[in-house]
Amino acid sequence: MLEFLTEVRWSPYAVGIGIGILSWFSFLISKKPIACSTSFAKTSGMIEKLFKGEKVDLKPYYQKIGLNIDWQWMLVMGVIIGSLISALLSGDFNWQWVPSLWASVFGDNALLRVIVALVGGVFIGFGARWAGGCTSGHGISGTLQLAVSSWISAICFFIGGILTAKFIFNLIG
Amino acid sequence: MQTSKSSDQQTQTSVPKKKISPLLWGLAFGIVFGFLLQKGGVTKYDVIVGQLLLTDFTVLKVILSAVLVGMLGIYAMKTLGWVELYPKSGSAGMNIIGGLIFGVGFAVLGYCPGTIAGAIGDGALDAAIGGLAGILIGAGLFAALYPRLSQGILKKGDFGDLTFPRLFKVNDWVVVIPAAVILFFVLFWFEQSGL
Repeated sequence: MLEFLTEVRWSPYAVGIGIGILSWFSFLISKKPIACSTSFAKTSGMIEKLFKGEKVDLKPYYQKIGLNIDWQWMLVMGVIIGSLISALLSGDFNWQWVPSLWASVFGDNALLRVIVALVGGVFIGFGARWAGGCTSGHGISGTLQLAVSSWISAICFFIGGILTAKFIFNLIG
Repeated sequence: MQTSKSSDQQTQTSVPKKKISPLLWGLAFGIVFGFLLQKGGVTKYDVIVGQLLLTDFTVLKVILSAVLVGMLGIYAMKTLGWVELYPKSGSAGMNIIGGLIFGVGFAVLGYCPGTIAGAIGDGALDAAIGGLAGILIGAGLFAALYPRLSQGILKKGDFGDLTFPRLFKVNDWVVVIPAAVILFFVLFWFEQSGL
């Protein structure tokens, strides 16, 4: 009866419907939309605070978001745990430095892939804060509320992403 | 001394009930969200970059069906007075430029902030080592530049926390129903064309 839990993949529609229903409960119970990216900014500020001390709290952006562990920060921790549970149940967990699509074009050098991932991460971290959200906060939770800011952001995520992916894989690769 | 002690005890007994439970709810929602993302395959670089190369439509199928179902339920609950909306404020300078910068990172990294957490959970080391460090650096860089950006480019073309029903000055359902129909037909078209 519970075999579906050990399947590696579910239909994307089953997953999407599940996330849609999950968002009903997060509005109803926690009065918050599902979102992730602010937690990375909080973490960045909290790490900076370890080195530079209390004055980091005074930076205007950290005053605005607050350097604390909150509902969304716990949600991001939960995503790691939930994904780990899913992967362990299905046997889909494996340590991997280089994704196969990347390796098929750029080879299996782990250092190259990590450096490129780091550069991509800088753009993601910077762009998410600039746009005020990411694929979950704008792309799912914001668009489903029909927020103008989220529809513009989500469309720009994909325009920027498609052009860049085509450039990387078709022109460089 | 004694008065401060008794007030400490008071706050200690009242704090856990008020503060711990929302955090645990956050953790619980995250576990379900991460489980679903992993089952959908969207914690995988190959699936995300496949979407951006327009060879694999899994990511859009997940997002658009989540939006379709989420929107109908949340607007129904809003009509019933059960929930409030929390639309984010925005401006052309924020959402277009920020969105495009994010998009570049989306393709280069191959994960986004939610799916990278899931990717760390299913063992992706490029995510856990390179990508995570990059996101933290990028967010820190933004915080450093924020005082300058917030007075300039982020304010350009400001429209506040607008939603489409308020923009068009119509009842919510005048937008929700056509949006649901369009989302349904987009998904139907993906299936029809074998994407």
